[in-house]
Amino acid sequence: MEKFAKNHPLWTLVIALLVVAFLWLVLAPWPAELEAAVGRKRVFLNALLGGVTLGALYFLVASGFTLIFGLMRTVNLAHGSLFLLGGYIGYEVATYSGSWLLAFPVVFVVVGLVGLMMQRFIFSHMEGEELRQTLVSIGLSIVLADLMLWYWGGQSYTTLAPALLRGPLELPIISSINPTSGEAIYIRYPAVRVWILVAAIVIGLAMWLVLNRTSLGMVIRAGVDDREMLAASGVRIQLVFLAVFVFGAGLAGMAGIIGGTFQSLSPGEDTRFLLASLVVVIVGGMGSIVGAAIGAIIIGVTEQMGLVYAPTYSVVFTFLIMAAVLAFRPQGLLGAGR
Amino acid sequence: MSLADQAGPRASAGITKTAGPTSWIERIPPAWWAAALVLLAMPLVANNFWLFQVMGWTFILGMIAVSLTFLAGYGGMVSLLQMSIAGLAGYMVAILGPSGTTSISLGLSWWIVLPAAFLIAAIFATLSGALAVRTEGIYTIMITLAIAAAFFYFTRQNYTIFNGYSGFNLVLPPRLFGVDWRDPTAFYYLCLGCAALCYGTVVYVSRSPFGLALQGVRDNPRRMAALGFNVTAHRVAAHAFASIFASMGGILLVWQNAQIAPGTIGISSAIDVLVVAVVGGMRRPLGAFVGAFIYVMLQTFSPDILGAFGFSAERFKLIIGIGFLAVVLFSPDGVLGLWDRWRARTGRRVDPLTGQPR
Repeated sequence: MEKFAKNHPLWTLVIALLVVAFLWLVLAPWPAELEAAVGRKRVFLNALLGGVTLGALYFLVASGFTLIFGLMRTVNLAHGSLFLLGGYIGYEVATYSGSWLLAFPVVFVVVGLVGLMMQRFIFSHMEGEELRQTLVSIGLSIVLADLMLWYWGGQSYTTLAPALLRGPLELPIISSINPTSGEAIYIRYPAVRVWILVAAIVIGLAMWLVLNRTSLGMVIRAGVDDREMLAASGVRIQLVFLAVFVFGAGLAGMAGIIGGTFQSLSPGEDTRFLLASLVVVIVGGMGSIVGAAIGAIIIGVTEQMGLVYAPTYSVVFTFLIMAAVLAFRPQGLLGAGR
Repeated sequence: MSLADQAGPRASAGITKTAGPTSWIERIPPAWWAAALVLLAMPLVANNFWLFQVMGWTFILGMIAVSLTFLAGYGGMVSLLQMSIAGLAGYMVAILGPSGTTSISLGLSWWIVLPAAFLIAAIFATLSGALAVRTEGIYTIMITLAIAAAFFYFTRQNYTIFNGYSGFNLVLPPRLFGVDWRDPTAFYYLCLGCAALCYGTVVYVSRSPFGLALQGVRDNPRRMAALGFNVTAHRVAAHAFASIFASMGGILLVWQNAQIAPGTIGISSAIDVLVVAVVGGMRRPLGAFVGAFIYVMLQTFSPDILGAFGFSAERFKLIIGIGFLAVVLFSPDGVLGLWDRWRARTGRRVDPLTGQPR
């Protein structure tokens, strides 16, 4: 960071100013002129928080996608189906057992098993044939989507969060100041979304630690860089592939439960989240966990801000960001140049 | 494979039959004459449903798929954008020409509308192609899928130009030469003509210098660049060129349905085009039409077959998905690839050296 500041003093200044302006926008009560021009601060904050929590959800889906891609060069276009499958199974488990938390390990195991079968019986037989793997994953997503439509029907499901997590939570961010008493009013936000954000950060940190501080992570990173050399040095790479695929699939499944709690599940959500993770990964860079996190936040916030301030064109903003990244940095913000 | 093998019989045939301008007609195999005859004579026996829905939809889907076959087979770029390009051309016909939504449609006459639709779709294809060719291989699929989805959601949200969720209805073809082009027979011949034109153009261009250079770019971009070809320009030009077939299909699609809405260009439709092209086989442009025919037959008749086995008629997508999986898993070059292998196996019954049956 110091090196960057030394090499680009002007850019550092611009970035610092932007950060300060952003912090001021978030933390300070807005003057009346700004509220008149842009709208209530509460609306802005809600859009921002909504964007960040949506970004957290996108991150959970996209990190598995990007890991699988980075290691195996498999574009698993059935990833969205795994998300939706996890959400449906989570709903069934949560309503049957009455425990929301129990759904997570169950879904991780079940969807992880589906991923295991996909990798073991299909993708591992066509290693190196990237296009064919992608086509197969498209076929799988068609089949899975129709099977799920068959079993769960077209209606939408919402998984109920446990009582502990329900209700609003007051955040230490000023929403507005009461003009008569001068008292500060703090923003209130659904507790479950805050906890989801916290959980995503914890999972992200854990993934980062595993990847960067353990020997398993070392093997995976080595595989991302050069898997032939890794296999030649005696690592049983098929097992590593299986483990990463199962983990990525299980993570997508757990993200499905969160998606079902946070919004709702219905046919079509699979493509929505597949596309979200595609865009996140394109923006953030293939195979990079940190890139997925940054991309997810950017896309999530853009989507929510767009929905609030320019509803007709919200999709276009997301797309423009993707186009801009592709035009200036085709490998993504943090992608390794290949 | 030596050149003499190829040139030998053809050269001798040329000598004995006094090579003249008619020789290319004689070179067309009889199976093609039979197919052409069947297709031309179909309105004599087939009913209106068959002509308008089944065959019309086959040709339209085939035209959209052949644009993907051109890009993927000759250019090595699997793009999921072709349905969006077709949809944009269709939307342009509805927006610029007359439609039921008079508040948006401009109602211009056909000789402005049609070139404008082709042009706008080609500009869209060129721009998105320029984005897509910045990446390679599977990245192209992901990026084109993302662009296609963005376009789909945009048309659904935008009410000022694309009329949002409801889209446009009552988009009818112009009455040219006193013919009602939505009449089943007329529409059938219109589609047949356009499809034949697309097919012929793809075959012709694939043998032209541009098509050969494009295949070179597909096989070895680095070598082509070293030979002085502009690789990026060839790829972008391929995207622009393929948009013509997709636009043609899209315009006919709007006329066939007499309406267009975001559902027409949804993500599942974009993937359907890929399914059609892959099932037919991407090696040859004929595959697109074969795939389209199989797809439409399944779509039309699977409710009856499924019903006979006691399943719900809605499980059509499952059949398509399983069929697609089977083709990709067992015959990556599609149904035409199966046919070629079967031909090769039966052909081997004749000894290649002596010509005697074994």
